[in-house]
Amino acid sequence: MDQDEIIRVPVTRRAVLETGTAAAALLFSAVPRPALAAADANPPPTPIPVTLQVNGQTHALNLDPRTTLLDALREHLILTGAKKGCDHGQCGACTVLLDGRRINSCLTLAVMHDGQAITTIEGLADGKTLHPLQAAFVEHDGFQCGYCTSGQICSATGMLSESRAGMPSYVTADLAEAQPDLTDAEIRERMSGNICRCAAYPNILAAIKQAAEMPS
Amino acid sequence: MRPFTFHRPGSLTQAAGDAARPGAKIIAGGTNLLDLMKLQVETPSQLIDINRLGLDNIENTRDGGLRIGAMVRNSDLAADNRVRQHYGVLSRALLAGASPQLRNKATTGGNLLQRTRCSYFYDITMPCNKRSPGSGCAALGGFNRMHAILGASEQCIATNPSDMAVAMRALDATVETTDPAGNTRSIPIADFHRLPGQTPQIESALQPGEIITAVTLPPPPPGVQIYRKVRDRASYAFALVSVAAIIDMVGGRIRSARLAFGGLAPKPWRTPAAEERLAGATPDAAAFNTAATAALDGARAHGGNDFKIPLARRTLHAVLAQATRA
Repeated sequence: MDQDEIIRVPVTRRAVLETGTAAAALLFSAVPRPALAAADANPPPTPIPVTLQVNGQTHALNLDPRTTLLDALREHLILTGAKKGCDHGQCGACTVLLDGRRINSCLTLAVMHDGQAITTIEGLADGKTLHPLQAAFVEHDGFQCGYCTSGQICSATGMLSESRAGMPSYVTADLAEAQPDLTDAEIRERMSGNICRCAAYPNILAAIKQAAEMPS
Repeated sequence: MRPFTFHRPGSLTQAAGDAARPGAKIIAGGTNLLDLMKLQVETPSQLIDINRLGLDNIENTRDGGLRIGAMVRNSDLAADNRVRQHYGVLSRALLAGASPQLRNKATTGGNLLQRTRCSYFYDITMPCNKRSPGSGCAALGGFNRMHAILGASEQCIATNPSDMAVAMRALDATVETTDPAGNTRSIPIADFHRLPGQTPQIESALQPGEIITAVTLPPPPPGVQIYRKVRDRASYAFALVSVAAIIDMVGGRIRSARLAFGGLAPKPWRTPAAEERLAGATPDAAAFNTAATAALDGARAHGGNDFKIPLARRTLHAVLAQATRA
């Protein structure tokens, strides 16, 4: 078991960007934000021990309780596949699987998931063999910039499990139907928690349709 | 986020005791609370995690209804066969809300307590009587397209964003709670959410330290159940107007009607006067008009949301026509 795998990078592009944004805010914002400034002046809370099971590996960490699961994965375990898009659960780029179910990792705290099984995009492939959804996204060119892709694929993985378990959706005509067909309309509705600003939706849909027809 | 301490109590009464402390907040799914904490709209000093306390079963009650544990996730509740077959309006309302990822996290109790999506409530640099009592309401003279036309006050015109609660209101659900001393209480959903009046910061009947343990549904009511939601996108958007309807027909006439509205008011909105107008009526345009007029009695728009009055009327028409189609 690794002990506290915090890796600190002295200067990052993000830090430079954030400094730039803060400076711009000071120059141009007409409204002061004293509450936000005051929070930064407080000492950080005491870290608490958390054990995360990610992609079958156990990681012992000491985390500020404010650390989201997404930040724990990206900043502490350097699993940067899950992306931070909106950081408010609106875009789906941070989607991971928690005990096999898709969730937004930006809207949950790492300390809430002590001991639970987390699967990220890095854990989907079987060695060098891509997961069927990964292969289908490549085959159908289900992306342009690729920023949303990890979230799309993790979300689609969870979506196919839900569908195979017979879960209905908003567009399911008959709620009593035990196994609603995975039509195009069903896939679109069931993937509505993942946004692609390049609008690669037709190819994402084609990729998911192909993977849906393969045995799980 | 402001700093907080994290607690995972071992029992429900301990959680209630912890939650009664000043600055403490219960965290369940966390999808709304953490969003608000990132924006410093919510600034709890202690978080009480109840995710490992069970409360996640859906049980049949002795009278033929259902008892839904407070920690049952929205996705599991929507997919439950009993809910799909006998409480379709609830399944539909849940599936109309948020995204699949959020529904996998969001809980029954948490959904009842989700905060408004008013953009001025979310922006801590703006006046908001709900977030900061006495500071004023920026929505009254501001961007109020999403805001309330019924049940609001001069202090606050925010809407309740829940779809689930609208269906539960139509189903006459009961909210069960416990407090630090282990006392339990059953609150009819009609009395659970509060109108803003002079105190928009008080949104529910819960007392400090009181925790939702379950929501109970009475036996399935007779009739057709419909949930219709009108929104800016086909999916994953809050309601401009939604209607939960349960309409029972006999011999070509409406025997009974239950109507609850979302997107129009600070709480899931039920209008007994409209339901009474429909009872015994022949389902035609005149009857639907009478019901709509009764449902929207006292409606007051604020500029940006003027459209909600005719939209609510038309949505109700569509729902009643669908429900009474022979």
